[in-house]
Amino acid sequence: MPDKDKIAITLDHGAGGKLAHQLTTELLLPLFDNPLLAQLHDGAVFETDQGRLAFSTDTFVVDPLFFPGGSIGELAVNGTVNDLAMCGALPRYLSMGLIVEEGLPMADLRRVLEQARAAMDLAGVQLITGDTKVVPRGAADKLFINTAGIGVVPPGIRIGGDGARPGDRILLSGTMADHGIAVLTQREQMAFQSDVRSDTAPLNAMAQAVLAAAPGVRVLRDPTRGGVGTALNEIAVQSAVGMTIQEALLPVDPAVAGICDLLGFDPLYLANEGKMLCCAPAQQAEAALAAMQASPYGRRAAIIGEVTAQEPGRVVMATRIGGRRIVDMLTGEQLPRIC
Amino acid sequence: MDDVTFTEAFRDPAIARGLVRDIQRAADRPMRLMEVCGTHTMAIFRHGIRDLLPPAITLLSGPGCPVCVTDTLDINGFIALSQREEVIVATFGDLLRVPGSFTSLRREAAEGADVRVVYSAMDAVTLARQHPDRTVVFLGVGFETTTPTVAAAILTARDLGLTNFCVYSAHKVVPPALEALMQAPDTRIDGFLLPGHVSVIIGTEAYRPFFERFGLPCVVAGFEPLDILAAIGDLARQIADGRPALTNAYRRAVGDAGNPRARQVMAQVFAPCDTRWRGLGTIPASGLAIRDEFAAFDATRRFKIAVVEMPEPKGCLCGPVLTGARVPTDCALFGKRCTPTDPVGPCMVSSEGSCAAFYRFQR
Repeated sequence: MPDKDKIAITLDHGAGGKLAHQLTTELLLPLFDNPLLAQLHDGAVFETDQGRLAFSTDTFVVDPLFFPGGSIGELAVNGTVNDLAMCGALPRYLSMGLIVEEGLPMADLRRVLEQARAAMDLAGVQLITGDTKVVPRGAADKLFINTAGIGVVPPGIRIGGDGARPGDRILLSGTMADHGIAVLTQREQMAFQSDVRSDTAPLNAMAQAVLAAAPGVRVLRDPTRGGVGTALNEIAVQSAVGMTIQEALLPVDPAVAGICDLLGFDPLYLANEGKMLCCAPAQQAEAALAAMQASPYGRRAAIIGEVTAQEPGRVVMATRIGGRRIVDMLTGEQLPRIC
Repeated sequence: MDDVTFTEAFRDPAIARGLVRDIQRAADRPMRLMEVCGTHTMAIFRHGIRDLLPPAITLLSGPGCPVCVTDTLDINGFIALSQREEVIVATFGDLLRVPGSFTSLRREAAEGADVRVVYSAMDAVTLARQHPDRTVVFLGVGFETTTPTVAAAILTARDLGLTNFCVYSAHKVVPPALEALMQAPDTRIDGFLLPGHVSVIIGTEAYRPFFERFGLPCVVAGFEPLDILAAIGDLARQIADGRPALTNAYRRAVGDAGNPRARQVMAQVFAPCDTRWRGLGTIPASGLAIRDEFAAFDATRRFKIAVVEMPEPKGCLCGPVLTGARVPTDCALFGKRCTPTDPVGPCMVSSEGSCAAFYRFQR
């Protein structure tokens, strides 16, 4: 087995699956360990004299900069807004750091920023600090964006990956894999046409509506890289519970399902940028579902399964035809089949 | 009620239950059925089909994943090519993480090798046109399904007058492997689920000589759950009745004669050769070499690739797993030293490998 310090970082380390998880838990966590970081949630929640705040950061390197349904600008805003929203927070302020490659057309930068501004208006947040660096051609690819955000956590709200309890229903706010497929088909110059659009959207209003309708909700998560499959596994591990999901109940757009079949992808592991998962006590599940469906980003929300006491840490799927299989975490990037 | 899509029609739970009952009725003795296609392996696990079958039926995953049967010598050859300054390696994604004797393409890429994932051989030709100062080597791995497209890419490159495109052919054909399986030690197979995609090209009749020689039940199967259940039911009935046949349960895609045009393109560029399969050794006339008239497009003739023979990783059971003599969980490395994140053998690295499928879906 290779000596861990002799290997180089591979793209698998950034794909949001098992290796990324290892990088976090084996390299970053031991170096920076503290109780707030150790929650390993999308954002950290901490106490101040004036109440609790949530703080989160995210970096965006998507290629291409513009894709059907969005751009890196909207993504950079919604990504951090959603990380805060998944802490149960009301997002307030953002910072934005731009790393620009020499030669990027000014018009592209302007378009990205205009779309970022529109996304901030939609989410109800303001940019209050920022930074711009330009690097020589080749030292970065066109444009990378980092955003960080601060939100206020209303009193009484406690959200974390460890809050799922046996008997809870698992809710998903809409179709899976739209973002992953939209970017992939754009990037790879696929020889087929599709009208699949990214689902990038701010989830803060929907998250608050769910918490108001179903105050027993203790887990919210946006299944971005690694997809719904990986996010469910993370919750199952952190909460030490099992999960059973029903294949027939998983919302997938037919065009996305078709492209996935063609390329050998599993929509459970492709990225979403405007979807949330939540675990709600059984008696509040319908109220949480109604709150999701009332949002413009949650019309196709569904109850997709149940939290169980069996096999803690394991996610199982009851297949459409009546079989049963494990849903594991994503390992590395999803790759197309070759036969 | 939503409209039922074409695909959903082949995943109907009520019809599935009926097919499972048929299988239960027919399975009156232990039956060992082997599929020889990675897409079947994946479909069987993804849809939880094993879970539905009576205990009498054992499903074995044979040498149907092209990455898994690619000999370590070839993997080392791919990696050696990627280390050359002037080369861009174009490959299907599944090969990236396959460990050679010392390293993998993924690791070489992290160290600076230029390795690009493509979705078809034609993409590699495009890459060659975009980079006239580099040589693009496409890693040709796959069965009859993929090979015609690689042949077409070579013909296109020739017509375009491209001098910076070539192919490392590790292509293989299925029927000779079936014969080799029947002669492998410790293998007991009562029937074959034949690969749907390969059969689209070669046709049902391509298996006739094999069927006549061994007289084993053989059913060509599609990839949706109902396709697979129907084919398993067909095999079980043939075994129970003692009346083996060569049948086609994937008529919407596969004809008796296959696709003659695709085979003609393949034959124009490739000629049969003996080749090494991981786990099965050298099988006569089971490989495809690039013909002399296309030598300029043959990476193994263009580059002197020096690779040394290395033993298989210690303890790895990929060989006997590929012949169905052992199952993945028999391997002492399975799930411990060998996982999809850090694979030892090829059956764990490819998403279509039987070890990876076992690990991901059915621990």
